[in-house]
Amino acid sequence: MSNSSSLWSDALSRLLKNKAAVAGALILVILITLALLAPWIAPYPYAYQDLDLGASAPSSAHLLGTDVLGRDLFSRILYGARISLLVGFIATTVALIIGVSWGIIAGYFGGKIDSVMMRIVDVLYGLPFIIFIILLMVIFGRNLWLLFLAIGAIEWLTMARIVRAQVLTLKNQEFVLAAQAMGVSNFSMFRRHLLPNILGPIAVYATLTIPQVMLLESFLSFLGLGIQPPMSSWGTLIKDGVESMEEYSWLLIYPGLTFTITLFALNFFGDGLRDALDPKTSD
Amino acid sequence: MLSIFFKRLLLAIPVLIVVASITFFLVRLAPGGPFDAEKAVSEQVMKNLNEVYNLNAPLSEQYFDYMSGVLVGDFGPSFRFPGRSVTELIMTGLPVTFELAIYSMLIALFIGVLSGVIAALKRNTFLDYIPMSIAMIGICVPTFLLGPLLVLIFGINLELLPVSGWDQLPGDKILPSITLGFAYAAYIARLSRGGMLEILNQDFIRTARAKGLSETRVITKHAMQGGLIPVVSFLGPAVAGLLAGSFVVETIFQIPGLGRFYVEAAFNRDYTMILGTTIFFSFMIVVFNLLSDMLALWLNPRSRDV
Repeated sequence: MSNSSSLWSDALSRLLKNKAAVAGALILVILITLALLAPWIAPYPYAYQDLDLGASAPSSAHLLGTDVLGRDLFSRILYGARISLLVGFIATTVALIIGVSWGIIAGYFGGKIDSVMMRIVDVLYGLPFIIFIILLMVIFGRNLWLLFLAIGAIEWLTMARIVRAQVLTLKNQEFVLAAQAMGVSNFSMFRRHLLPNILGPIAVYATLTIPQVMLLESFLSFLGLGIQPPMSSWGTLIKDGVESMEEYSWLLIYPGLTFTITLFALNFFGDGLRDALDPKTSD
Repeated sequence: MLSIFFKRLLLAIPVLIVVASITFFLVRLAPGGPFDAEKAVSEQVMKNLNEVYNLNAPLSEQYFDYMSGVLVGDFGPSFRFPGRSVTELIMTGLPVTFELAIYSMLIALFIGVLSGVIAALKRNTFLDYIPMSIAMIGICVPTFLLGPLLVLIFGINLELLPVSGWDQLPGDKILPSITLGFAYAAYIARLSRGGMLEILNQDFIRTARAKGLSETRVITKHAMQGGLIPVVSFLGPAVAGLLAGSFVVETIFQIPGLGRFYVEAAFNRDYTMILGTTIFFSFMIVVFNLLSDMLALWLNPRSRDV
């Protein structure tokens, strides 16, 4: 146990030395707090329209201006953050659950089970998933939860490969053999013995999956196939911004900036985490 | 080499059949018939419509009819464009999308490989930091944001380039190609930097230098061949990304390509068009994945004789 705690504290001290990663983490903390507190700190409700005002440039009443319907952009970005981050976390969790269980089972049992399971992963890798998601959204309507599930269900493949590779190196080590000799059940073998030892790579890959998932959601929303009005994610805000960018460029620039900064923060934090947890693989 | 190729080819066939079948049944699962949105029509007309589109036959018969059509490249009629077949629509859009993809990929390869190789050679100098920071931007700024921003700057504010269209005004291909290519340039720069760094530390590079070969020759002849393998393996999966990117870029720049047809078909619920293009896209992706894997294998001397 002391060994594992020193691994994590070593990693933490390495992480803290990485300025880009710390900055990324700070931005994320601020962003998540703002998103959680949106109903209390947003100056206006997200659907509140001031049709007399229409689109107005940033001012003291409307920090980032208003859109064509007179809705406060700052409030809409705050509420959009809730949807965008929610998609990021939920879809990543779905990917995590599928990928980790798949990888552990394939790696631990090995043999025929392993080769069949990994062959399925290989085959799925070759499929045009983005097109399937569009297909699902068209056929079953633009349902928020379906979107979460569908995105999560396509992002688990790499996770399964990473976990399997880790389990393969672990399963012949003494502690696993000892646990087997003591008659530990498969489930508690996974949960108590294998999982704690592969948390590092899982955490790293999960952090790097979140920005991919958020990109995918905003891509779909941009095409009009994701989040539907009056709800808004950053993707739909950017879409709205593009439609009126010739006259009201701030409607494109601020949501775009927020989204880009968030992706930067997530990527820097993820890279930093990878370097901290596994100094050998850093490039 | 050849046996691996045939093994992979054999694997690709069931994949394509599965994709086509899943798509076919998913589309049939869709609630409501394809003509529900139309104005109310008499029962007879509806019956005739279903007759024309072969919707009265039992599902299994429809399935086999459709699949045998697909085998010879016939994707059936379009629901939304009466009188035009899906194959015809695909063939109209494909050359445009293909041209766009080629330009983007050329831009991406040129900028990406050049800056990646230079960054690796001049590691930890400004020639490394600056291109790599720009690459990070390229990865974090999504296509659907980059495109409109470029339009805003070069099209609307500076009035240098046309803001939309394809093959209509001089220079209207520049912005879409850059928009689509930029993210790939970024990935390729990172991949080639990583690949080159790994190779440059190896013994055979030191040997080549010790033999007195010129540095240019060491880099272009010895290092780049191995160092760029990651880039070659990336090209296959990149095709899938290019297709997805073309949905966005063709929508932004109003380009009459396959990507925009697909998005429009998704909006219009043109099920046969969606079905046909999905199968067609899958086919392209599987083929390009196979090709880039084979090329990467061939470039790697250790696997060449297998």
